Amino acid sequence: MTKEIIKIQDLKREFTMGTETVHALKGISFDIKEGEFVTIMGSSGSGKSTMLNILGCLDQPTSGAYEIDGVSVKDLNRNELATIRNEKIGFIFQSYNLLARTSAIENVELPLLYNSKVSTEERRERAIKALKMVGLGERLHHTPSQLSGGQQQRVAIARSLVNNPVMILADEATGNLDTRTSYEIMSLFQELNKKGITITFVTHEPDIATFSSRTVVLKDGEIMQDYLNHNVQSAANELAKLPKQDE
Amino acid sequence: MRLLNLFKIAFKAIVLNKTRTLLTMLGIIIGVASVIAMLAIGEGSKESIRTTISSMGSNMITIRPGADNSGPARGSGGNVQTLILEDYNEIKKQASLLSYITPVVNGGGQVINGANNWPSTIYGVNPEYLNIKAVGLQSGSMFTDAEVKSAAKVALIGGTVVENVFPDGQEPVGQMIRFNNIPFKVIGVLEEKGENTFGQDQDDVVIAPYTTVQKRILAIDYLNQIMASAISEDEASEAVTQVTDVLRSQHKLIESEDDDFTVRSMEELISTFSSTSEMLTVLLVAVASISLLIGGIGIMNIMYVSVKERTKEIGLRMAVGAKGTDILMQFLIEAILISVTGGLLGVILGLGATVFIENFLNWPTSVALYSIVISFAVCAVTGIFFGWYPARKASALDPITALRYE
Ligand SMILES: Nc1ncnc2c1ncn2[C@@H]1O[C@H](COP(=O)(O)OP(=O)(O)OP(=O)(O)O)[C@@H](O)[C@H]1O
Ligand SMILES: [Mg+2]
Repeated sequence: MTKEIIKIQDLKREFTMGTETVHALKGISFDIKEGEFVTIMGSSGSGKSTMLNILGCLDQPTSGAYEIDGVSVKDLNRNELATIRNEKIGFIFQSYNLLARTSAIENVELPLLYNSKVSTEERRERAIKALKMVGLGERLHHTPSQLSGGQQQRVAIARSLVNNPVMILADEATGNLDTRTSYEIMSLFQELNKKGITITFVTHEPDIATFSSRTVVLKDGEIMQDYLNHNVQSAANELAKLPKQDE
Repeated sequence: MRLLNLFKIAFKAIVLNKTRTLLTMLGIIIGVASVIAMLAIGEGSKESIRTTISSMGSNMITIRPGADNSGPARGSGGNVQTLILEDYNEIKKQASLLSYITPVVNGGGQVINGANNWPSTIYGVNPEYLNIKAVGLQSGSMFTDAEVKSAAKVALIGGTVVENVFPDGQEPVGQMIRFNNIPFKVIGVLEEKGENTFGQDQDDVVIAPYTTVQKRILAIDYLNQIMASAISEDEASEAVTQVTDVLRSQHKLIESEDDDFTVRSMEELISTFSSTSEMLTVLLVAVASISLLIGGIGIMNIMYVSVKERTKEIGLRMAVGAKGTDILMQFLIEAILISVTGGLLGVILGLGATVFIENFLNWPTSVALYSIVISFAVCAVTGIFFGWYPARKASALDPITALRYE
């Protein structure tokens, strides 16, 4: 259980805009072990998304080392990176990034379309299962414009689950949800985590962090704090404590 | 399996973006159709000129007195009198590549039958004339060599003359008519040939033995022209050379002197006239090329913009695991589907327009295969290239850069 799934060493990311250089990440090092549930916190602009994008193999660091499951990402070519994204990682974007005018189920099926090992029937089955898990079993054929912000967020979550990833990277996955729904989602993540999926979760909200086993706090592109949470709350319990809504 | 998926993705994208797809296709359709239709008009008029000229006798060679100062519609040599019967006899004797030959003398006058009066032209020829002009007889028969020798007063008349001097449907053969007061016995009626390309009525003629016309009507001893036909179309230009050689020696022309006669084959005549319609074709091709260019730019524009605006989509697809080749294939398939469908619709529309022009505007048209191939190829290649190129650029980005693209 102590295998490191993510290992980063002195990771830097700079953005050059004309003559100006933005140092979004100023040399970050940490490891994430298999099966951990890590929340990443920090004020706006502290570099959370930037880091998560690099972890998700969506972006390349300016310098520093990044190993995923024992493989140095620097040594992988674009196709190998695509395969890792397709088979190992479930990514949830801060801004959903759903395909417009495309039904929920087709959006969820998308990653499996690029996996030739999955048949058409299996693809459909798994997409329906993932949508049911996030409570959208009744909304399979709605397009993003026919869904609320929270529902779109849940479609994005279903899409990240559908390829049975070993690691889920979520950028403010509960940012647009009310307390009840975000607790529902968190309890879903906790269940997935119990099944052994490593979760890295970016959030602003301290109460969300209490559901995770570890919290990393970023500030101005550097790690401020990195602590284990010895008193992990159960999202399901917290959900039960919430006052019942009028139905 | 993977390719099938990509096909599905591409097809879905096309259906999802109906308006955009339609606009792209419209550019291709109009580009292809207009090129096909315009070239069909150009080719059609060229061909119609060619066939009318050929129907006048495709192996025909004409020999006129006087140097060639060009212009195919020039008169019959005016008062140049350098062509004589001796020339005809020598050519007939020496030029082996000629199958038929006749002297020609002609003049205008009045055809009279009782109270009916019609201005026409009389051609004095020998019996081979019919073979040279490739014209048959509707009734009666041609005069004989004996009748030529005896300068018999017999004539054949064309349809227009029949209509005007035998208005009540009388059978002309066997009747007497007068041409400039000389009585002729009508022994035959020529087959109708209609107007030639120059708008001349080929049925408004009277044909008689050249001896008769020379002596009794025109009172001349020279020839207006000599007509002949080469043994085959291929030998026509060689025959022209033969005739030229014979005439030069007949006319005792020394090296430095120009010909005092003009020998022309039908082929040359065709090329002279074709050059006029060639101009038309060039003009139409220019217009067609411009519309093809504009169509191409339209396709370029829409393809380029549509791929650009989908950079975000490309980023997302790559983020969930699409490889660069997957993206490229998807856009390539999309571009091919759109371009090929548009191209085919364009071909159909172009052919339809051509049929319409032919039947309702009565313009001669002829669809050239090359116009279909070229216009289709240009549009398809432009469409495919500009669908592929921006997609290639987008798929070379990091997923997050593509996702961030505004
Ligand atoms: N593509 C880019 N080009 C230039 N600067 C960038 C780019 N992406 C991020 N930055 C800069 O890097 C810094 C970190 O941005 P990042 O998006 O990681 O912040 P964040 O912690 O996710 O903030 P938030 O909580 O608001 O999402 C910011 O100052 C931002 O302006
Ligand atoms: Mg962010």
